[in-house]
Amino acid sequence: MNTTQTEMTQTLDSLLIEQFEANEALLLSNDSPRIKDLRKKHFLEFKEKGFPDSSQEKWRFTEIESALDQSFTHNLTCENPNTNIEELFRCEVHNFKSEIISVLNGCYYSEKGALITNEDGVIYGSLNAAKKAFPELFDRFFGTIAHAENNSFVNLNTAMAQDGVFIHVPKGVEATKTLQIIKMIDKNENIFVQNRHLIILEAGSKLNLMHCDDSINHHSSLVNTVTEVFVAENAHFELYKLQNLNDASALVNSLFVQQHADSTVKTNTLTFNCGMIRNNIEVSLDGKGAHADVLGLYLMDKQQHVDNQIRILHNVAQCTSNELFKGILDDEASAVFNGYIHVKPDAQKTNAYQNNKNILLKPTATINTMPFLEIYADDVKCSHGATIGQLDQEAMFYLRSRGISLANARLLLMYAFAADVINAITIEGLKTRIDDMVKKRLRGELSVCEKCVLHCGSPEKEYNFEIDLSKL
Amino acid sequence: MEVNTNENILEQVTSSDYKYGFYTDIENDLAPKGLNEDIVRLISTKKEEPEWMLEFRLKAFRHWLTLKEPEWAHLHYPKINYQEIIYYAAPKKKKELASLDEVDPELLDTFNKLGISLEEQKMLSGVAVDAVIDSVSVKTTFQDTLAKHGIIFCSFSEAVREHPELVKKYMGTVVAYTDNYFAALNSAVFSDGSFCYIPEGVRCPLELSTYFRINAANTGQFERTLIVADKGSYVSYMEGCTAPQRDENQLHAAIVEITALDDAEVKYSTVQNWYPGDKEGKGGVYNFVTKRGLCKGKNSKISWTQVETGSAITWKYPSCVLMGENSVGEFYSVAVTNNFQQADTGTKMIHIGKNTRSTIISKGISAGKSNNSYRGLVRILPKATNARNFSQCDSLLLGDKCGAHTFPYIEAKNESSIIEHEATTSKISEDQLFYCNQRGIDTEKAIGLIVNGYAKEVLNKLPMEFAVEAQKLLAITLEGSVG
Repeated sequence: MNTTQTEMTQTLDSLLIEQFEANEALLLSNDSPRIKDLRKKHFLEFKEKGFPDSSQEKWRFTEIESALDQSFTHNLTCENPNTNIEELFRCEVHNFKSEIISVLNGCYYSEKGALITNEDGVIYGSLNAAKKAFPELFDRFFGTIAHAENNSFVNLNTAMAQDGVFIHVPKGVEATKTLQIIKMIDKNENIFVQNRHLIILEAGSKLNLMHCDDSINHHSSLVNTVTEVFVAENAHFELYKLQNLNDASALVNSLFVQQHADSTVKTNTLTFNCGMIRNNIEVSLDGKGAHADVLGLYLMDKQQHVDNQIRILHNVAQCTSNELFKGILDDEASAVFNGYIHVKPDAQKTNAYQNNKNILLKPTATINTMPFLEIYADDVKCSHGATIGQLDQEAMFYLRSRGISLANARLLLMYAFAADVINAITIEGLKTRIDDMVKKRLRGELSVCEKCVLHCGSPEKEYNFEIDLSKL
Repeated sequence: MEVNTNENILEQVTSSDYKYGFYTDIENDLAPKGLNEDIVRLISTKKEEPEWMLEFRLKAFRHWLTLKEPEWAHLHYPKINYQEIIYYAAPKKKKELASLDEVDPELLDTFNKLGISLEEQKMLSGVAVDAVIDSVSVKTTFQDTLAKHGIIFCSFSEAVREHPELVKKYMGTVVAYTDNYFAALNSAVFSDGSFCYIPEGVRCPLELSTYFRINAANTGQFERTLIVADKGSYVSYMEGCTAPQRDENQLHAAIVEITALDDAEVKYSTVQNWYPGDKEGKGGVYNFVTKRGLCKGKNSKISWTQVETGSAITWKYPSCVLMGENSVGEFYSVAVTNNFQQADTGTKMIHIGKNTRSTIISKGISAGKSNNSYRGLVRILPKATNARNFSQCDSLLLGDKCGAHTFPYIEAKNESSIIEHEATTSKISEDQLFYCNQRGIDTEKAIGLIVNGYAKEVLNKLPMEFAVEAQKLLAITLEGSVG
C-alpha cells in the first residue's frame, strides 16, 4: 500500500493541508461524486478556518493549542502493521462476551477479513472496505449528519480520515453479541490519528456497542474521531465509550446520532484517563417517540482535562431525553461541561432533563459548567440542574463514627456518587467490569495500559470495602 | 411607606420649578447627529465640566473606537448606526397638549390600568406640565431631609461640580470605561444621571428614587448612576422607567455603579417599562445597560431586584463582585417579553472573598413571538473559600411561537464552595385556567393571577410602591397573549 509519511518540522495544520493537496486523487479515489464534493468542501473549510483555538467561545476552556503545539507524524493511508495484531488484541474476556473489532493507529485490522458478516446478520469491518462493497449505502449516509459548526476537527476528519469502523445492522436484526471496538495507539513517535466510523441501524434492529480508546505506550498522540450513527424507526442502540489513554494524549471525539421514530439510544461516556479529552456529542431526535439517554462519568486527576459538549436537538414533537454527567476532580484536573437542549418550534410534548454534578477534591481542581436550554415550544417539560460541591461532611462523619477509615469512607462516598451512572449500564457483565474499573480508578490503581485495560490481562481482583456491617 | 407618598412626591416634582440647567436657548439645544471627539467635547462644555472629566470622556471614546459591538447575546436586531444618533439634548419644550383628550387613548388606557393619578398622567403624556425630563435629571424633593443625615443625593453633573473628590474616587472603579462596548460608549457621552453617597453609619430614611424618561425623539439616552454606601450604611434605591410611544428605535446605554464598604447594604430596585415596540415589532427602545455592584468591604451586601417588562431589546446583567469577606450578593428578576420583544438578561456573581454568598432567582415569562434568555455567570475564584451560590431560573412560556432560553455559566476554582443551579421550563396548564374560569375569573385575569403567583418570590423583594405597580405591569404586558 502506498504510504505517505512526512517528518514534522512544520505545524500540524500546514502538514495536513500539504498532504491533502499532494494526494487528493489518491484520497478521494474510491468516493462517489457526492462524497468527493463533500470531502473537498470540508478540506477547503479546514484550510480556511484552521484548528480551533481557545479564543472561540466553544473552546475557551480547553486549550487545544497546547495539544497541537508539538511535532506529529501523520500517515495518510494505512500501512501493514509490523506487530502481530492478533497477538496484540488477543485477550481473554472475563465474564463478558463480545466480538472484537481492532483498530490500530487509526486503521482497521483483522485476519478474519476486511468485512465480516456475523451469524446474526450484523455486518462489520473496515470503513474503506465498506465504501467499495456497499457504495449505495455508503453514499446515502456518509457525512450527512456530521457537521463542522464550531469544530473544524470534523472538517479535517471528513476530508482526510484514514480508516475506521463500519457497522450495518440490517432490518429487524437484533445483534446477539456486543460489538467492541478497541482502538489502540502504538507507535514510538508522536502521532496524529484520525478515525471515521459509520454505524447504521435499520428499522427494528438492535445493537450494543462498546468503544474503547486506549494507548499502549507513553508517547503523545492526538486522536480525532468522528462517528456517525443512524438509528432507524424502532431500532435500539446502546453505546459505551471507555476512554483510558495516557497523560500525554489528546482525544477529540465527535459523535453524531440521528434518531427516527420510536427509536431509543443510550450513550454512556466513561472517561478514566487522558491528558486532554474533548467529547462532542450531538443527538438529533428526528422522529416522534424517540428517546435518548446521554450519560457520562469522568474521573480526572493530575493535570488532566475533560471537556464534554453535549447537544440534544428536539426537532419533532413527543421526544424525550435524559442527560446526566457526573464528575470527580482531583489534583489540578479541570473539567468543562456544556449541555445544550434545543427544542425546535412545534416540538411539543417534549420532555428533556439535563443534569451535571461535580465533586472537587482539591482546592486546585477546576470545573466550568454551562447547562444551556434553548426552547421554542410551549408545551414542554424541560429542566436542568448543575451542582458543584464536596463529599458530604455529615455522611463522612457518619461513616467515620462507625469505625470506617478516612480513606475507605472517602472511597465509599465517591463510589456512591458515581453509582448513578454505572447502574445505568444494562449489560450485566460489563457493569461488573466497569464497576471494578471505577473502584480501581478511585484507588488510583488503574494503570493506563496493561494492554487493553478492559478486556485483557488478569481479571482484576475483587475489591470490597473493608466495612464491618455489624457496626452499621 | 404608603402608596400615597409616591404620588405626592411626583406631584411636587412636577409642580416645582426646574432649578438646574444651562439652557439659554431651549429650543435649539440639540447636538448635531453623530459621534466624534468634537461631540464629546461639546457635551463636556455644555455641562461645564472640569478638565479631568473631559479627559475621562475622551479616553473612553478613544477606547470605544477600538471595540466591536458584542454579538454573543441571543438577540437579533438591525445594526445600530451610531452616527445617526443625537448624543446630547437639553430639556426643551415639546408641543404641549391642551388636555388629556388629545393624548393617545391607548396610552391613557395603560395609565388607568396602572392606577397612575390624573396629574401624573398629564405629566407622563406631556400635557401642559413644565417639568419635561430628558437627559438632565430631576431635582428631587427629598434633598432637605437627606441633607440632615449628611446624605448626598443629586444629579451626576452637580456631583461633578460639588463633590469632585468623591466622584473622582469612585467613578469607573466598578465599571471601567474599558469594560465593554456600551460601557465605553456611555463613559464617553453620558448625559447625566444620579449620584448618591451615604455617609458612615447612616441608615437612609427614605427610599431614593429616580425616574428616567426618554422624551425627545431620536435622542440617545446615556445616564450614569453612582452609589456609594460608606461603612455601616444602608440605602434602598429605586429606579423606574416609562417611555412614551415612539416609532423609531431609541438607544439607551446606561451605567450603574455601586460600591458598598464594610457592613454597608444597598438594595437596588428597578421597574423597567420602556416602550417595547408595537404589536408588529416596530419601534421600541434598545436597552443596553451595564449595572454592577462591588461589595468592597467585609459583611457588605448588594441586592438587585428588577422587573423588566419593556424595551424591544434588553441586554442587561446586574452583577455583584463579592470582594469583602462574608459579603452577600442577591439578584431577583422577573423579565417579561411579549410580541416581538427580545431580552437577554441575567447576572454575574464573582466570588473573590472568603465566605461570600450569592442568590439568584430569575423568572422569565415569554409570550407572543418574543424571545427571553437568562444568561448568568457564577465564578468562584481560588481564594473564595466556603463560597456558596444558589441559582434558580425558571421560564414560563405563553404561546407556541415564543422562546425561553437559559445560558448559565458556572466556574468553580475552589473545592470548598457549594454551587447549585436549577431551572425549569413550563407553561400555564389548561387545568389552572379551567379552575379559574370555572370560578368566574376570565382568562386574561386568570393569567395575570397565575403569572403574579409565579413571580411572587421576586415581587415580594420590591419596595411597596413598586410592587403594586409591577404587578399591574405584568398583567398589562401580557394582555392578549393568550387567545
